[in-house]
Amino acid sequence: MGEGGGDTVAATARDTMLKVFNFRVILEYLPLYMKCFWATIWLSGLSIVGALLVGTLACAMRLSRSRLLTNAAGCYIESIRSTPLLAQIYFLYFGLPSLGFRISEEVTGVIALTLNSGAYTAEIIRAGILSVSYGQIEAGMATGLSYLMRMRYIVLPQAIGATIPPLLGQAIVLVKDSALLSLISIAELTRAGQMLTSERFMPAEAFLTTAVLYLIIYYVLKGLSEWWQKRLIFR
Amino acid sequence: MWEFYLKELVHSLPFFLQGLWITFAVSGLSLVAGTVIGFALGIIRVSRLRFLPAIIGGWVDVIRGTPFLVQVFIVFFILPEAGIRLEAFPAAVLALTNLAACFICEIVAGGILAVPPGQKEAATASGLTSFHQLRHVILPQAMRVILPPLVGQYVLLIKDSSVVSAIGVTDVTRAGWLTVQRIPEGLMVFGLVGILYFVICYPLIRISNNLERRMTVVATRL
Repeated sequence: MGEGGGDTVAATARDTMLKVFNFRVILEYLPLYMKCFWATIWLSGLSIVGALLVGTLACAMRLSRSRLLTNAAGCYIESIRSTPLLAQIYFLYFGLPSLGFRISEEVTGVIALTLNSGAYTAEIIRAGILSVSYGQIEAGMATGLSYLMRMRYIVLPQAIGATIPPLLGQAIVLVKDSALLSLISIAELTRAGQMLTSERFMPAEAFLTTAVLYLIIYYVLKGLSEWWQKRLIFR
Repeated sequence: MWEFYLKELVHSLPFFLQGLWITFAVSGLSLVAGTVIGFALGIIRVSRLRFLPAIIGGWVDVIRGTPFLVQVFIVFFILPEAGIRLEAFPAAVLALTNLAACFICEIVAGGILAVPPGQKEAATASGLTSFHQLRHVILPQAMRVILPPLVGQYVLLIKDSSVVSAIGVTDVTRAGWLTVQRIPEGLMVFGLVGILYFVICYPLIRISNNLERRMTVVATRL
């Protein structure tokens, strides 16, 4: 045996390892993964901004005195919350063209994510505003503050602090939900895994890499949320 | 033209109901198994055992940090490489059960931690074994915190079950996807899909909201 034997053992070990997990393929596909990683980030980022706008609007409508606005917002929120995101994505993806709208998959995807997340965001903001005790608002009225001043100085400072952690939680959900966009062939992280699987048939390398990249985003957002909660307690 | 398509859609209603049955089967099996496993994991998670709580915590984090679609693909495409070959349906149930167990574990652990420590001390002082403490003192009080988010979680999981259509399980969502190839009226077809999910999920959301209201009333009355 001697030295040659040692080499064979090393070679076999390397071959088995490559059979189990081929790092070379991942290295080769790394540019694709990075491109798709950024695609996931900007698709989710855009949708988060959109969801905040839609959510604030829906929440304002729901808390307004007008019955019509309240019902409209309630209808939107309940129908989004009672149906799966995938059905909503397909609804827009297959439905908008039959209405005569010709828009790209990316725009359809961002609209679907925005509308979906907007409903949950509205509920989070509402819970935050309602968490401010009514006695404080009454105290504001008694000291002669106007509606806007009460909002600005009493309600919002407390509500925003309490809503940041659940909003970050919603952001985590949204990033994960953006994986469904791969099913309408948008090139994002999960799609990268699907491409690698279909081109090389290496699903283990493909989807575990995808999973690790998602976990990076998850831990960053989770850390941010925990940091904020700690700050909230110390204040 | 759309009257013709509507008639076609009505004709394919049995196909959608078949899909609804598959959605029921996948989510029903996973919810039952996931609840049992989730409660067990949750109880272990807050126990004083040495390594298990940390391992469970890490696993829950990994599952909560990755998209369910990726998890489904991993179960369906990677387990065969390890010699475990699963059909689409069992793969879907396995993935959804795992997801359910992880989320329910966190809810149960949170509920147990919400019980004031004095209760456990009192139970220990009156000589109850740890099983009886859990069964008669801790869990009945924790259930008040657990139940509303648990029902809410069921709704999320039933909706997540739509994702398994991606590996070819013919649930309601896939029934819609197959039908829309034949009847090119996306709004109509997926409107129907949405209604079918709404019929299941909306009552559950109402139940969850009611529970939340009732449970807080009970809690403040104490």
